[in-house]
Amino acid sequence: MMLRLALASLLARALTVSMTVLAIALSVALFLGVEKVRTGAKASFADTISGTDLIVGARSGSVQLLLYSVFRIGNATNNITWESYQDIAARPEVDWIVPMSLGDSHRQFRVMGTTLGFFEHYRYRQGRGLAVGQGALMDDLFDAVIGADVATTLGYAVGDPIVVSHGIASFSHHDDQPFRVAGILDKTGTPVDRTVIVSLEAIEAIHVDWQSGARIPGQTTPEAVIRQMDLTPAAITAALIGVQSPLQTFRIQRAINTYPEEPLLAILPGVALQELWGIVGIAEEALLAVSAMVVVTALIGLMATIFSSLNERRREMAIFRAMGARPRTILSMLVLEAALTATAGALLGVALLYAGLVIAQPLLDSAYGLWLPIGAPTPRELTVLLAVVAAAAIVSLLPAYRAYRMSLADGMIVRS
Amino acid sequence: MLLLGESGSGKSTLLSLICGIVAPDAGRIIVAGQDITALSAAARDRLRAERIGVIFQQFNLVPFGTVCDNILLPLRFAPERRGRAQPARAEVERLCAALRLPGDLIGGRASSLSVGQQQRVAVARALIGSPPLIVADEPTSALDSGSQGAFLDLLFEQIRGHGTSLLMVSHDARLGARFDRVVEIADIATVEPAVA
Repeated sequence: MMLRLALASLLARALTVSMTVLAIALSVALFLGVEKVRTGAKASFADTISGTDLIVGARSGSVQLLLYSVFRIGNATNNITWESYQDIAARPEVDWIVPMSLGDSHRQFRVMGTTLGFFEHYRYRQGRGLAVGQGALMDDLFDAVIGADVATTLGYAVGDPIVVSHGIASFSHHDDQPFRVAGILDKTGTPVDRTVIVSLEAIEAIHVDWQSGARIPGQTTPEAVIRQMDLTPAAITAALIGVQSPLQTFRIQRAINTYPEEPLLAILPGVALQELWGIVGIAEEALLAVSAMVVVTALIGLMATIFSSLNERRREMAIFRAMGARPRTILSMLVLEAALTATAGALLGVALLYAGLVIAQPLLDSAYGLWLPIGAPTPRELTVLLAVVAAAAIVSLLPAYRAYRMSLADGMIVRS
Repeated sequence: MLLLGESGSGKSTLLSLICGIVAPDAGRIIVAGQDITALSAAARDRLRAERIGVIFQQFNLVPFGTVCDNILLPLRFAPERRGRAQPARAEVERLCAALRLPGDLIGGRASSLSVGQQQRVAVARALIGSPPLIVADEPTSALDSGSQGAFLDLLFEQIRGHGTSLLMVSHDARLGARFDRVVEIADIATVEPAVA
């Protein structure tokens, strides 16, 4: 009966109570939403590259290698010679190996020279592969496949010519050998979207008349001659490796890290991603702290609502007292009401969250490549909800204690 | 028994003391043969729940509860009374019928009732489980003079039926004829502490 009376009491003050419920609901939805985006961003981030067991580059730091090879941020300090690459590729543990040659750019986008194996083996978001949305993969030496962002930002269509610049943010163009857009990849939400992909040989081809970053004066090798040349690269920037069996990963990693011919570094992408997330993760924690503050604000609002309702409820409390209710009963009724309000707020908040997710999920995926899964609440989310209800009960102790004191002082005299 | 006194003369405070909601600074209060000043606050609350039915001047009911909720409310705190009032729902219906309350009101919200109906619900609530004492604080002051008489008739009829004592407070000396004993609060010896 007390529960029914508490519910009826809340219904009788439907307007103020619903405002409080709404405030709690919004704060809970915000908190859980931030939590969702946070975990979603983390998962999307960790899913930037999957299916690759090792990334190999010149010896530097693991985060740096990850940044330039996967995220196309920063530059390699050194290259891997083609001989070393061949050596590694020939190891029996290696299932597949994809070379990457970086260092040139097209407008603001990086150009990557690689083999067709890249399209076959690069995986993101739990094993999804790259898909060509329009056109086809590279067929000719001067064919380029561009990422979805490159196509939308620069307005390219299949068949358009593009000119690659030497270096990054450079004014010296390789305009003697224009490329042709052969295909446009579907949006992935990974750095591939912002990459122009050409063949490894094409990178060599555009550097035929160049030396030490500058064009050799007066020398122009005709395209027909270039096509006849041996365009095997002397060096590559990095390579992605898939091993035969996961058990061999560490063995081959050690072999590469102790490679005697030149200083190399092999990293496990997952471990390096975790390291990198540790650096960028501070911002997400700040965001989470801010939304936790919003929840606290809503709970203080709840407390204020109970406080302001106490005066108009003195009569009701006097009736309860006259019926033999102990002051403790009055206290627990107010706490019960607060917990019910918070429960309603938490449930509405979850409903708002799911409604928001259903609407925002496709938008976030297409705009930011951020995939937020919609599933049953996680144990962590349920803990948050329970904590909100518990916190509401705790903050309501303050006004409830005041009611306790008031009901002791008022006695049976009905003040209204 | 009727306790007569002007407003501000301390009637309500006396009722609070008898009901054991407030404790006196000094002296003893004996209710139903028990010195309640010797009891703990919790025991006094329990005694009040079990032994005393309370009727206020007005606003007797918890407005958001149903009539049935209101009548059953004291049983929530008094297991012995609850035991006497079984089956509770039938007891509510019996009391409502005896107090001429239409049966279809029982499930309705208390705030939807007229003042006269609310006071009768308050009587039903005071009577349920037959406590030995009913304390009423000017229960007719919110009623017009016509319904005052009808209300008191019903109240006395029920009190006789339940064998319950009634302690009623009023400022209206005309009510005295209906009571076995009438006490003027002014006649009660008040011992003022000597001012040194």
